[in-house]
Order: sequence, then structure tokens, then C-alpha cells
Amino acid sequence: MTSFSTMSMYALTVQSPSATQEALVGDFCGNGKQQILSANGSRLALLEVSRRQKGFHEIFSQDVFGIIRNIAKFRLAGGTKDMIAISTDSGRLVTFEYHPAENKLATLHFETFGKSGVRRVVPGEYLAADPKGRAIMLASIEKNKLVYVLTRTGQMDIAISSPLEAHKPQTLVHYLLGLDVGYDNPIFGALELDYSSSETDPTGEAYEVLEKELVYYELDLGLNHIVRKWSEPVDRTSNILFRVPGGPNAPSGVLCCGEDNISYRRMYNKSSDIHRLAIPRREGPTEDPNRTRIIVSGTLYTLKGGDFFYLLQTEDGDVFKVTFDTAGGVVNSIKIKYFDTIPVATSICILRAGFVFCACESGDRILYELEALGDETDDPEYSSSQFPTDPLASFAPPFFRPRPLKNLTAVETIASLHPIMDMEVSDMTGEDAPQIYTVSGTGARSTFRTTRNALQVLDLIESPLPQQATGVWTTKLSTEDDTDTLIILCLLSRTLVLKIGEDVEEASNTGFLDDVITLGVQQFGEDCIIQIHPRGIRHIRGLRFPDDDSAGEHTDLTDWSVPPHRTIVAYAANNRQVAIALSSGEIYYFECDQDSSLAKADDEISLEHTITCLAMPDVPEGSVRSYFLAVGCSDQTIRIYNLSPDQDNTILVNISLQVVSAAPSALSICYMRDRSPQGYSQYLHIGLRSGIYIRSTLDEHTGEIGDTRRRFLGPAPVRFARVTAAGESAILAMTSRPWLSYTNPRTGSMATTPLANQTFDAAWNFEGSSFKGVICVSASELRIFAFVDLANNTTQESIPLKYTPRKMIGYPEQQVYYVIENDGNTMDAVTQAKLKADEPNGFKKEHESENGDAPDADTNEDDLPAADFGHPRQPGHWASCIQVVDPVTEKAVVTTIELENNQSAVSAALVPFESQNNEVFLAVGVVSGLTFSPAFKFAGASIQLYKVSDDGRDLKLVHETEVDDAPLAAIPFKGKLAVSVGADLCIFDCGMKNLLRKAQARKCTTNRIVGITSQGSRLVVSDQNQSVTYVVHKDLIHPNRLIPFADDSVSRWTTCAEMLDYDTTVGGDKFGNMWIVRCPPKISELADETIDGQHLTQEKGFLGGTANRLDLLMHYFTNDIPVAVQKTSLLNGGERVIFWAGLQGTLGAMIPFQSRRDFKMFQSLELVLRNDDKPISGRDHLAFRSYYTPCKGAIDGDLVERFLLLSRDERDSVVAQIVPQAGWTSDSVEDAIWNMRAMYAF
Amino acid sequence: MADKLRNQQQLESLAARYIGTGTSDTTKFEFTSNMARDSLASYVGHPPMLQYMSIGLGQSKERTRIQMLERMVRPVGNPPEQQD
Repeated sequence: MTSFSTMSMYALTVQSPSATQEALVGDFCGNGKQQILSANGSRLALLEVSRRQKGFHEIFSQDVFGIIRNIAKFRLAGGTKDMIAISTDSGRLVTFEYHPAENKLATLHFETFGKSGVRRVVPGEYLAADPKGRAIMLASIEKNKLVYVLTRTGQMDIAISSPLEAHKPQTLVHYLLGLDVGYDNPIFGALELDYSSSETDPTGEAYEVLEKELVYYELDLGLNHIVRKWSEPVDRTSNILFRVPGGPNAPSGVLCCGEDNISYRRMYNKSSDIHRLAIPRREGPTEDPNRTRIIVSGTLYTLKGGDFFYLLQTEDGDVFKVTFDTAGGVVNSIKIKYFDTIPVATSICILRAGFVFCACESGDRILYELEALGDETDDPEYSSSQFPTDPLASFAPPFFRPRPLKNLTAVETIASLHPIMDMEVSDMTGEDAPQIYTVSGTGARSTFRTTRNALQVLDLIESPLPQQATGVWTTKLSTEDDTDTLIILCLLSRTLVLKIGEDVEEASNTGFLDDVITLGVQQFGEDCIIQIHPRGIRHIRGLRFPDDDSAGEHTDLTDWSVPPHRTIVAYAANNRQVAIALSSGEIYYFECDQDSSLAKADDEISLEHTITCLAMPDVPEGSVRSYFLAVGCSDQTIRIYNLSPDQDNTILVNISLQVVSAAPSALSICYMRDRSPQGYSQYLHIGLRSGIYIRSTLDEHTGEIGDTRRRFLGPAPVRFARVTAAGESAILAMTSRPWLSYTNPRTGSMATTPLANQTFDAAWNFEGSSFKGVICVSASELRIFAFVDLANNTTQESIPLKYTPRKMIGYPEQQVYYVIENDGNTMDAVTQAKLKADEPNGFKKEHESENGDAPDADTNEDDLPAADFGHPRQPGHWASCIQVVDPVTEKAVVTTIELENNQSAVSAALVPFESQNNEVFLAVGVVSGLTFSPAFKFAGASIQLYKVSDDGRDLKLVHETEVDDAPLAAIPFKGKLAVSVGADLCIFDCGMKNLLRKAQARKCTTNRIVGITSQGSRLVVSDQNQSVTYVVHKDLIHPNRLIPFADDSVSRWTTCAEMLDYDTTVGGDKFGNMWIVRCPPKISELADETIDGQHLTQEKGFLGGTANRLDLLMHYFTNDIPVAVQKTSLLNGGERVIFWAGLQGTLGAMIPFQSRRDFKMFQSLELVLRNDDKPISGRDHLAFRSYYTPCKGAIDGDLVERFLLLSRDERDSVVAQIVPQAGWTSDSVEDAIWNMRAMYAF
Repeated sequence: MADKLRNQQQLESLAARYIGTGTSDTTKFEFTSNMARDSLASYVGHPPMLQYMSIGLGQSKERTRIQMLERMVRPVGNPPEQQD
């Protein structure tokens, strides 16, 4: 008998992680241009940067379903493109070639070398390739090193050898680099530390004298073995190596960087050959002159002609340019000079086109343009001749003054959410769909972001109108025109014609009827324009503007009037055909005859029902007419009529019919790009009065309607406009807000996304001389906008914050958020201000007189924006504040309250205290003198209570209550405040001078409570490392009791938790898992049964915990640390899903399956795809999703969506393998996959 | 007897390959230092975890990485005195 789990989730990534592990530049397409390869989470992406497109363009992205640890590129001699090597947790070295034509990665090599997983001795932590592409070395943190030799066999194939081993036990590797030695035997440099002597010395003396070594490994290509060629002790703090160009007349060797140390070294060097630089320190009143820096990232750039330089970045973000003074391959000295300050990066890439790509550790990835190479600035330059080789010897430390960017200019940013610290989905603005609010970033680069599912549009023109307009059209004058000449506006009772020239001005003598409401305008035949109005059709021939001014002239005007007592209610038109529907239910059909005039057909349609809308496609190229007319009737049907004569030579024959759920309000037919074999298909778009939008295919030959997708867009009738979006035809659907139905350029699939910040009444396509966009009217404003990028379906707004945000608390009634922020080892604002005020004026003056000619350059230096330069550091000190953010109206921080005395805010809750007439207070848990290392310690802890003003924008401190332990979690609970105090759970009420404790559960969890959620009388308390504990509050006895009654059997390092229902909790942990636990129903009932809970207190604890255990329902590895989770609906009218945000910028959704049939299909589909579409990292998919604990009750939507990228044949073969009896076809499976995303997420 | 010897050899080769493989003679010091080193290597090797800790410590990822690697040298203090 099979047993089914009671719950199953479809885990979908809504936004993939943005935190970059590593990025590197190479020519992976083989087209002579450079691309950036970046590894984010488990995704590999190729970005193209071009000056023409002004910025980034993602050309490829794929999930490898493995933890990417390192990436490298290699190119064999004579090759034209770079190959990719990645090391993941798969225990395999995998190399790829990117095929731009098929847009996919082809696996070249797939070499298994060890166990899977991220382990101490399994190579993969370090990956280095020989610059000439002859060998790849992989190293683990301890002991193991493997070298693979690459050789070319034949014309195309690259052969890989079996691995050569260079293991050394009890040795830690700190960095690995492939040296540039030209075409000599490949050499790898490693920073190693052999701890074996310390391991056996009980006195600890050996530990003190341990030395870090720079070891050179030579791969002897002739003998095919690897030797430890040479080693030398280096500075103990050395952490990173950079390659120095080698070959003829180049020095070769490495730059070895450590704390306050950049040294040039090479093999067999004498101590006199070593050149060392100290890292310049910041100068300024708030800077500690003795603080030393390390280099965290950097890059080598080789100029044409063999010159080269380095850009090295310190942990403050300061970038230094290091240059070499060489003569004939011998280094005389090296020099360092301040370059610019940019955010701390994990990778800096310089592109030949003059761009610098900075993959920031936190926040947006930025693209800079290289304005200068730093030669012109007057920053001090330091030479290695000024510094002793030994870093321990004394020397005069170098200094520089940070300043705003001079050599770089920021060009573009890729909005990145990482690191997300907290998230909430809420509909603060009262839009149709909720917004995603996140606090993210670290230090001064922190931001509060609002993310919406919307397309970014570029506003081009905005101008006021004299009167409210209800309709807008644009038209060309003749078929030869490339751009639109006229804008026709339908005002409340008249029609206004505008001409587009140098300016937009009202046109006169155009022949348009201006005292009627216009229903439609169409350029007709060769050089005619028709205006459709309720009483008839006006046909204007030969309209032109001879003097290029607003006065027009036309050759002929013809009017066709409707029969008496009837009006036109709908029309459809293209260049050669017109169909009109009358109020009496007749449809008249006109065609264009030889001289471009209207010729009414003898046939007409007569229907019993009111006709609400008509649609006709454009005339297909090479035809004289389009073939179909779609008619929407008030009897909730859509009928398709033929316009080209059939076998019986008749037209206007009803050929197909579609019944819909409400009266149709708009119809449109157009060709759109899709994934069909032809590349384009004809689509029928149906908008209903109920706000539902239906998209179906309309067969080009038979006129049959098929492949129908529905979506609710908003509570108003849908209207359409055919537009051009990013070069492709698309449909603008307008209901309560506008949506665009388009083809996603990356996946080639159809998508429907709302537009950002737009509401309008009518819109039409606009083709100007410089751009193609959309013209729209909203009330009495005319606007023209264009679509920029259809690949990204979210938009972000960001508000800068002061310090690293830790938690956010929403106050939906007043539309504000309270954010608590703190930064460790940072100088607080008060100390900063004091130091700046105390700064001896003499220093300032002295400095000015030095550079007397440029005083204005120095005046603002003391006020360098912290967002770019960071807050000044002060070890052991905390800077913290509470900020009130208004993301809706002001879109800014409205109030900031700085905490003093080394305090830092760690938790917050908005509590309407019942004892205070439900007045709202903000409770903030505060800890002073907090340290995490070596252990969690603090000097004092308290809870501050702030009175929230009526508009929510001001906070007034009421009182502060000292508590015994850190209050790391707080929530409002039954009109009181539930707070954790260390491992205790307490409930406080508001008193006059203090918070008053009403109930307490001592040692509620084992270690430290980090989170609380509640429903009714039940609290779910999450412990730092012991999962969640269910606690019941008994408030009808005195004293109140808090009784823990159920906890988990697995220790989960909980980061976030939320109650899904009264018994079920979803949570995430620090290792990147999502899980759902549920309290057994019997225990749940028992807990609430008695008033005093006496039997619960009598129960015997089990194995050091409570008496009962929770059941696990779901477990899933996400490869990102979930920091916030919420049960919410993401769409207007959508079902509720579990939405979570991960530290690295992932936004994900867990969708519960509602039908057993669907679930079985997805389950078997996942099973088949695991085999048929194996992850390219070489990681077993099931093992990856079960990284720590076996995956349970979850289906990986990201893997399932790979199905959509398969070819037709592959899809059919996959579908053939899944439950054949259930009647699934390739198309219905595809539909089901799309529906999972479209109905629940975006 | 030959089987026993082979088993012994196999065990030794495995122990050499996978450091931290315990025997009945493993001391507390060896066990705890292996455990601590494994944990530290895991912190460094999992990018999200390294970032999480870096944010907590308020420093760059590279600085945290160095600190973790440095702690791997002597994670649980000096070895105990040898007792013969």
C-alpha cells in the first residue's frame, strides 16, 4: 500500500540570488567581444556589456543545482574562445564551452575526484587555471591538491589527463593561483600553512613560530608529474595572490598581499628582489591612524604593448592602483597610488571597452566607466623603495585622503537585493497586488526597498491637455510613412487633432470631424485616413501638410452614414478592411478598392445580441486582406467569421465560437513571437467585463481557437491596445491598471506583467522618429513612454538607510515601517560629530596651504557621504538607530533616533497595549556592549518603549526597562508584549515607569530565543539552534502561565519562522533549509483543553526537552539562508503561498499542491527530469536538495521549469515517461507548469 | 588472518585519505580539533554562511575567511601533554 504525505509544496524561485561569488571577464562567445561570467548562488550567468546598449544585458543564465564555489576560464593555445571551469560541491571538475547559437553550455569534461559536499579535504575550494590553459589545479582547504593537464587532440577536442596529486597533510591552503610563466612549464603558487608542528607541541611555542609559505608547484609537462619546486616564508597575514605577467621581457611572479602588506615575489628570489608596499591608510579626524587594512579583491589589467597595472581594493572599499617599474623583465620598484573608492567587491572586472564591473558584497552591482587611469590626480604616490621588505620592521605609514570619484563614473547598476535582512509582503499602497518590502544591505550602503511585479517603463514626454481625454490614436498619413504624423484625441464631446513636428501642435483643416466623439482612426489604403464616429465613417483622402506647419490640405472628403436610428458601437479596421458593428446587431464589412475608397460588401452579419467588440488582424504581408474577424457578443461568446472567400465563395461565415465567463469588453488579434516552430503565432486576446484576460491561439488557416490561458487582471473591464514593446509586438491590456502581454525575450514564453507607476484611460501605439513607444492619456495628461527591458519583470524603489538593518516592523494603518539598524565595530554619530568638531584647525589649514591652489577640492572632504565611503570604524563599538521609513508618500526616511552609549537595537515590536486604551507603542529590545566572538556577551540589556505619534511618524521614549538577558525577539501578544529574555519567554504589560512582567517561562528553550510568532493563545518560539518550541499561554489563572508543551527532535538553527495555521509552522535555518513542522492534533487539543494547564506542567520532559515532539512535514534545501518567511498571496485574488526571502537576494515561493493529479504529474516529471536533464554541475539533484536532511514533501519548481527549455522531441520523450495513463500531453504539462507560476507567483 | 591484515590495511588507507576517521585510540584533542576544523572549513566553503557571519561580525567576507582559516590552525588550543 502506498502512503501519501499530507502536504506537498512546489518550491519556486521568484527572483534568483544576486550575491556574486565570483565574476570574471572572458570571451566566452568567441566573437572577439568580452563577456562577464558570474556565479550567483547556484546560477551561472553570462553578462554582456556594450556601449551601444548602454549597459548590461544578460545573455545566458542557468541553474547548475549545486553550490558554486569557484569559477575559472581557460583557453588553449590557438583557441578563439574561453572555456569555463567550475568547482562545485559535486566532487567533480566540470568544464563547459558556451555555444552562443544554441545558447547553452556544452560539457567538455566531467572528472570525478572526490566525495560530494563542501568538505575540508575534498578539493574545490580553490580553483586555478594556467593562463595558457595547459593545466587546472584544484585544492581543498586542507591537504589535497589535484592537477589536471589539458591538451588539444585533433582540431577541436580538448583532452584532460587523470589527476596528478600534490597532497601535503596538515597543511592549510589560503590561496591558489596559476602563475604566468609564458610557455615554460606551468607553475601554480599557493599560500600554505603547515600546522603539524603546532599539533604536537603542548607548550604552544611552535604555534607562535608557525610560518606561512608561498609554495611554487611546477607541473613538468615532459615527465607528467607535479613537484613542489620552491617555497619561501611570507608574512603570516598573507591572504591573497595576484599574478604578475610573465613571458619574454616580463617579470613573472606574484603580488602577495597581507595585512598592511603588498609584496612582489618570484621564484628563487633573494630578499633584495622582494619589493614591498604598505597599504595607504585613510587620513581624517575619525580615522585611527594605526588601523591596518587588507586587500580583499582586485584585478590585473594588461594594456596593449605589455604594460600592466593592478586595481587592488581594501576592506574599506578604497581602490589603489599598483604599477611596476621594470626594465627588461627585472622589477626595480613597485608603486601604489589611491585610485577611487567604490563599494567593497567580491570581484572587480576591467573590460577592454573601458568599463569596470564591480560585483559588490552588498547591494547593487555597479558598472563604472574608466575615465582616466589615475595618472592625473594629485593623490600621493608611494614607492616600494620607501618601505622595508619585512612588514614587522618599522616604517612611516603612508596616508591618503579619500575623495569622491575622479577616475571612474558610475554608468549603470543592476538592482540587487542581497543581503536581505528582513522582508514583508504587504499592500501598503492599496494597489491591486501587494508589494514586497525588504531591508537589505550592510553598513552605510543599506537600503529599504520596495519590489513590485511590474515592468519598468521609460517616460519620454509628459504634457497637459486642455480637457479630459477618453481616447487617443496615432496615425501615419500614407503607407509610405515611417513615423506617425497625427495624434487624435477624443475629448469629452469633441475630437482634437494634433500634428507631430518640431513640437506637437493642433492641426487645422485636416478634414476630421471635430464636433463628434471619435471611436477610431485608421490609415486606410494608399494615402487615406478614416475616422470612425458613432454616426458614420469619414474618409479623408490625400491629407498632407505642404508647408510642414499645422495647416493641412486634403483632396477629397467622403462620408458614409449609418442607417437612421442606429449608431456604431464597435469597429475593427486595418489598412484594407473595416468592419463596424451597429447598435441593432448588424455588422457591416468594407474593403478597400483600387482607388483606396471604401467599398461595402454585400454580405453582412446580423446577430440577435448586442455586439460589444470587434477585432481584425493586420493584413498579412503579401495578402490583400486578413482572413478573420472576431466578434464579441453580450451573450458571452466570441465568434470568428471568415473574411476571405471559402470553398462556396462566401464570406462572413461563422467558423468558430468560444464561450467565455462574462461579456467580452475588448478583442484583439495579432501575431506574437513564441516558441512554436515558425517562431510566430497568431493570438486572439479577449478581455472580459469582469476583468479577466484570455489569450488563445487563433489558427491562421482554420480560424480555430485553442491553447487558452486566463488571468484576472483587475476589477474593471479590460481594453486593449496593440503596441510595440522592445521591438516586438505586444498587447497593452487596461483595466484598473495597465498590463502588458508580451513575449519574454529570454525564455520566449508569453508573459503578462503590470506596468510600473502607471494608470491611464486609453493608450495607442506610437512610432516616432527616434523611438517606438506607447502614447497614453490619463485624465487631462498626455504621456509617451517606451519599454526598456522586458526580461526583468520586477521593479525596485530604494530608500537609503543609515546602518545595517536588522528588523522591520510595518504599521499598515499609517503606511510606515520602523527599521532597527546597528553596525558593530563602527563609530556612532555622536562620537563622529565630536571628533570632527575637535579636529585641530591647524591641520586643516596646513593641508589647505599645501594645496593652496585647489582649496575647493578639500572643503567637503570631511563630509564624504558615508554611503560611498562607509562609516568610520571603532573596534568594539556599536552604532545603532531606529528609523521610520515612509515608502508610500514621501518615499524617504522620516525620523531617525540614534542610540547612544554603545547600545544596539536587536528586536522591535509594535504593540497596542490594552491597558493603555490600545495606544500604539514601539518596543525596542536594546543590548549594550554586544560581542559575538569568542562568545555571545553583553554589558547590559533593556527594553525601550517608544510612544508612536498618531501619524506614526514620530517616536517618543516613554521608559526603559532593564532585563537580565538579551531580548532578541519581541511581538505583540494579546494586547501585551511578548519578549524573549535570553532563553526565557516573558509577557510584559505597560506600566507608568516600567514594563511590568505578567508571565514568564524560565528556560523556555535550550539556548537563546531568536524569534516568536503567535496565533491565539499559542506562541511558537524559535531557539538559536534548537528549532521551534510550542508554548501555550494560560491567562485565566493567576499568575498567568506560559507552558512549553511540544518541541522538535532535530536541532535547527532557526533564522525565521511563521505559523501557517494553529498547528503548523514553516521556518528556515542558517544552513539554507526550509522546513515545515506540525504539532500532532491530539497534543494540540490537549494543550488547549484545561484552563490552568496543570497536566502540561506535570508531564515529564523527554530527553531534555518538552514531553511532546513535532512532526516534520516538509524539508527542502534552498542554498540560501532564509531570513524571512510569510504566508501571503502575491497576486490580486491569488491563492496564498509561503513566500520567503534569502540572505543572498533570493525571493522564493512555496506553493501547496491542491490536486492529487497535478501533484502526481509534477512528482513523476521531477523524477524523469532528474535523469533526463541532469544538472550541469555534475551534482545529483536529489542529493543537492537533500543537502543536510533528506528532501521531503517538496518538488523543485526550478528543475521542473527546465522542462520548458527542452526541445519538442525531448519534451515528448519526457512526457512519455511520466504517468502515461493520466492523459498528460506535452502541452498540458507545459500549461500546468505555467499555471503554477502564473496563478500563484510571477 | 590474511583477511584481518587486509582489513587493517584498508582501514589505514582510508584513515589516511579521510582525515578525521576515528579509531579507538583517538584522543579528545584529536576529535575536537577535527570537528572544529571541519566546521570552520564548512563556514568558509558555503558562500551564504560566510556572508551571514560577515554581516554579523560587521566586516568583509575576505576578513571573515581569513579569520576562519586562521582559527583552523589551532582550533581548540594546545595539545595536551603526552603521558607515557
